[in-house]
Amino acid sequence: MKIVVCVKQVPDTKGGVKFNPDGTLDRGAMLAIMNPDDKAGLEAALRLKDEYGAEVTVVTMGLPKAEEVLREAMAMGADKGILVTDRVLGGADTWATSTTLAGALRNIDYDLIITGRQAIDGDTAQVGPQISEHLDLPVISYAKDIKIDGDSVIVERQYDDRYHVLKAKMPCLVTALSELNEPRYMTPGGIFDAYDAEITVWGRKDLKDVDDSNLGLAGSPTKIAKASDKVRKGAGEVKTDLDADGAVSYIMGKLKEKHVI
Amino acid sequence: MGLEEYKGVYVFAQQVDNELSGIAFELLGKAKELAKDLNTDVTAILLGSGIKGLADQLAEYGADKVIVVDDPELKEYRTEPYAHAVSSVINEYKPEIVLVGATAIGRDLGPRVSARVATGLTADCTVLEIGDFPLNPIPGQEQKHNQLLMTRPAFGGNTIATIACPDNRPQMATVRPGVMQKIDPVQGAKAEVIEYNPGFTPNNKYVEIMEVVKEISNTVDIMDAKILVSGGRGVGSKENFQILQDLADAIGGTVSCSRAVVDNGWMPKELQVGQTGKTVRPNVYFAIGISGAIQHAAGMEESDIIVAINKDETAPIFDIADYGVVGDLNKIVPKLTEELKKVVK
Repeated sequence: MKIVVCVKQVPDTKGGVKFNPDGTLDRGAMLAIMNPDDKAGLEAALRLKDEYGAEVTVVTMGLPKAEEVLREAMAMGADKGILVTDRVLGGADTWATSTTLAGALRNIDYDLIITGRQAIDGDTAQVGPQISEHLDLPVISYAKDIKIDGDSVIVERQYDDRYHVLKAKMPCLVTALSELNEPRYMTPGGIFDAYDAEITVWGRKDLKDVDDSNLGLAGSPTKIAKASDKVRKGAGEVKTDLDADGAVSYIMGKLKEKHVI
Repeated sequence: MGLEEYKGVYVFAQQVDNELSGIAFELLGKAKELAKDLNTDVTAILLGSGIKGLADQLAEYGADKVIVVDDPELKEYRTEPYAHAVSSVINEYKPEIVLVGATAIGRDLGPRVSARVATGLTADCTVLEIGDFPLNPIPGQEQKHNQLLMTRPAFGGNTIATIACPDNRPQMATVRPGVMQKIDPVQGAKAEVIEYNPGFTPNNKYVEIMEVVKEISNTVDIMDAKILVSGGRGVGSKENFQILQDLADAIGGTVSCSRAVVDNGWMPKELQVGQTGKTVRPNVYFAIGISGAIQHAAGMEESDIIVAINKDETAPIFDIADYGVVGDLNKIVPKLTEELKKVVK
């Protein structure tokens, strides 16, 4: 079985977000990590490899630096890494990104494609389903559990108040939730091997059946009109010197003043 | 085809088990405003099996037209037949705007449809308005009028971006539940009902539903609550949430929580407020023992009145609270409950 996992390198927001003096995000000061949902997708692929035997190929699109996440994936147990990078691909929205990745995936044999549900920088959850559409594959998003049954996958798919157990014939695409599993650590031997492993690098010319008009910033239907740091509501009153009784009468007073009670 | 041939504001009227979801009414409320600015009308796209009867309800909440696709293939939500139906409606009727709820269903359906009809999709919008793109004239570039300007938080709520889709139609957005306001229903309102069926031919993309497992829930939807008593890590334990429950009971509110509480297994995920939980805008939001990280604030800062109780005076929750008290929640909350019991009958 051949499994492809799409991963993205994103700035880590867990240790807090760093800002430049002008208020914009200081991406340089934040660690770059493998997107958590993608890492769960990779772990799911590696578990399928452990259980059924599979070749796991990791694909990322990004700056040349993004090869770091491919090496991390290989140190965890992935077999191959492909970096899609080209200046003309920069500034892509989800449409152009999914078009690009689909163009890369057309060069590869696969039974199953796994992507993370969404990346922590954009939070759109669009690229996985859009890749499946470009490749004319069935998609099951928000996977809680993935099993193989002959030539099909059986996936538990989370909705608000229920989950569906869905069966799709391979090839197909599944998007993974970070709650799916606890990703394994890199092994020392794996790190050593991954450092030397060859990464395949593809540029624009390597993308199959893709029109230039659908790539990069120019090929993105959505355009940013304005981007800014969030304007927050101003602070109200904060009482720092009240004992419990004082605090209660203060809050009661405000609830009465605002006709809540 | 010219972009100007696309007309009308369409909403995907999500239903589950033949009951319309709240987001359908919220989208209609916003669609009505947008349609007014564009001097056009509002159409609801209603998909399902045996669901025609829901059209009147959509009319009461603002739909001028309802396109009904009623087919057994649409009984339970599945990506492919739903994407096929919505894409076919778009190709047939050519709307200029299509709004979809950013629910688990909408966030699966939206990208598939947008890729199929080859247009852009802006995710999880919190503000939608009609305006110019670019916002200000730029020499040498055409400024397009009457564009849908879609504003959304990104980067865990740290930044906010306004996005347009000037060269493709329809302009598509998924909209975060709990943000747009539904209108007061107009009793007896009727919409023009159009029955449409694009035909469904199962292929490899039709996944098989082997089982549907409903997770029984007895809790009130926190998005509907007028008063929320919300607890964070500072509450200390699952057991100690009882003092929040007592406060909620005394004031007629509902208990909700932050992500840390769900991660600790103290409260179920459906009570979680924030970026990865639900967006709420109650009349009163009590933030108790919640530090107020940006991800949490993103889900509650539109509340009318925010009351914060926290022992750490540097907690960011105090930056957005209307009324903040630095102190021990274990002392303040039970006393507040007692005082409320005296005045609230």
